[in-house]
Amino acid sequence: MPETTDRELTFAQAVREALAEEMRHDSRVCILGEDVAEAGTPFKVLSGLVEEFGTNRVFDTPISEAGFTGIAVGAAMTGIRPVVDIMFGDFLTLTMDQMVNQAAKIHYMSGGKWKVPMVLRTTLGASRRSAAQHSQSLHAWLCHVPGLKVVIPSTPADAKGLLKTAIRDENPIIFFEDKMMHHKLKGLVPTGEYTIPLGVADIKRVGKDITLVATSSMVQVALGAADMLAEIGISAEVVDPRTLWPLDEKTLIDSAKKTSRAIVIDEGYGRYGVTSELASVISEGAFYDLDGPVLRMGAMHVPIPFSPPLEDLTVPTEKMLFDAAKKLCSKS
Amino acid sequence: MTPQTAEAINTFSKELALHAYRQMVRIRMFEEQVNELYTRALMPGLAHLYSGEEAIAVGICEALKKEDYVTSTHRGHGHCLAKGATPNLMFAELLGKEAGYCHGKGGSMHIADPATGNLGANAIVGGSMGIATGAAFSAKYLNNGLVAVCFFGEGALGQGLLYEVLNIAQLWKLPVIYVCENNLYNEYTHYSETTAGDICARATAFGVKAESVDGQDVQAVYSKAKQLIDAARAGDGPAFLLCNTYRYTGHHVGDINRDYYRTKQEEQEWKTRRDPILLHGERLLQEGLTDKATLDALESEVREEMKAAVEFAIAAPYPALEEVEMHVYA
Repeated sequence: MPETTDRELTFAQAVREALAEEMRHDSRVCILGEDVAEAGTPFKVLSGLVEEFGTNRVFDTPISEAGFTGIAVGAAMTGIRPVVDIMFGDFLTLTMDQMVNQAAKIHYMSGGKWKVPMVLRTTLGASRRSAAQHSQSLHAWLCHVPGLKVVIPSTPADAKGLLKTAIRDENPIIFFEDKMMHHKLKGLVPTGEYTIPLGVADIKRVGKDITLVATSSMVQVALGAADMLAEIGISAEVVDPRTLWPLDEKTLIDSAKKTSRAIVIDEGYGRYGVTSELASVISEGAFYDLDGPVLRMGAMHVPIPFSPPLEDLTVPTEKMLFDAAKKLCSKS
Repeated sequence: MTPQTAEAINTFSKELALHAYRQMVRIRMFEEQVNELYTRALMPGLAHLYSGEEAIAVGICEALKKEDYVTSTHRGHGHCLAKGATPNLMFAELLGKEAGYCHGKGGSMHIADPATGNLGANAIVGGSMGIATGAAFSAKYLNNGLVAVCFFGEGALGQGLLYEVLNIAQLWKLPVIYVCENNLYNEYTHYSETTAGDICARATAFGVKAESVDGQDVQAVYSKAKQLIDAARAGDGPAFLLCNTYRYTGHHVGDINRDYYRTKQEEQEWKTRRDPILLHGERLLQEGLTDKATLDALESEVREEMKAAVEFAIAAPYPALEEVEMHVYA
């Protein structure tokens, strides 16, 4: 990545910039989704794109997730590079045949003859008081399907570089953005052209006593917990996989070997989820260097409740991570 | 190969009429070989035969250019052949061989062939409707003049995806033809038990023009298809074509005892009185476009072609085991 980090952008601005650059770069890139044009999506992530590229590149669709996702699959096979916007990650359920049985399988089942170069952007994350059908983090579902790639950036700079790479990739990719980060999270973003390869984790903070592997919104939680840990003399390393598939196993394992302790934290459901997989990777790869079990922290195994104090209980917090890390470090 | 048809919409040239006859015979004899391979336990998986429905695939595909797109169904051998696929590579795929269209990784229900615009057969009932509509979307986006045809059975009328894409295709005036092959049975259930209301009204409700045609008459299918495809290519947007037909065999080859859902008499009547190959052959003879000896010779030729293709496939090697992890990602 270039050193020039002279601008601070929000996560949404970084996403928008990636899309605009790729649309200028390649006329085959277009956007499909609900309220993506003049409205710029309800999250206002795409504001301004239709003004530059017109309604022949930015397509407002009916509320018809299976339909327009399926259309993107066929369009991707036949020469264009659609970016699909699924407003809430919960609505992925409506696209699952198109993504799981169609997009993910076509390259393999055709013996490599057809390709599906499309990106599906969607959201994850709770804490908007939106209740159980607008608050889920379902990225683990997609990771379970061979043929799909899953990208889950945690910073504006990563979001921009990874989205540009995803758009240029020849495969169907699901790109998860935490909806709380869109406008609240700011970060320095390089001015020049850059991309970030898929499958390369990033060490967001260097440490020596414990590894905190965190994804998306949980990276900020992990960085906050690391600050708290530093105050009591524990040096935490924060590792962000950035892409869940392909997965940079080596960086995760090497960090755990170095620190000898690891906690994995992700906003998806804790059971049968991303944390289970990442913890297994670390346990298998670093077992003889570990001083304790790899711990997992994810969302509670309940539908996300509406009531604010109840909803807040469901998502891992800095304090919870701090307590768990402190305990793990004191035991060994 | 498919002759490019410049003649008037409602007429078959002699060349095209004979070619359509050959194509229908090729599909019928391909399926005869599939049936034999399956019953001899040489073919793995499932086999869903198209026999009885040949006039639809041939009538539609003769009205398409080679580069135009089709999507197909789990009963897809006919569409694949009609669009120009090679029997050798199809049989090899059916037997899971390396030489197959998909290196043996797709099988009977998933043959795909970019060289003939075949976006792939699909084992999810109604699963390809988005893909076909997407191909039409890209054709319009790229302004390349291509058209997409989406083949599906009447069983797919129960799937919601159809109504989502009909809505979008009409709103965006996409060049796609939805071809519903009503062979009367959703697997093992008569369509009247599964399908409320009028089939064509489903399309007209979205403002999509819908027509129905005798799916046993290749010339009628071709004529309707040619009109709808030419109109779509000219920018008129989507169309829906209901083709009424009949499936001679069971849902799949193993569906032998069918008495509980249909009679042998019904099957016999379709085979003897409504067979698309017999009907078209009679027309060719009546119109003096050919003679019986020529048709007999054609059938012998095609039978030899199919036998040779089966032999090719049987002799072909299986994929190397390394193939299992290839093509997961592009």
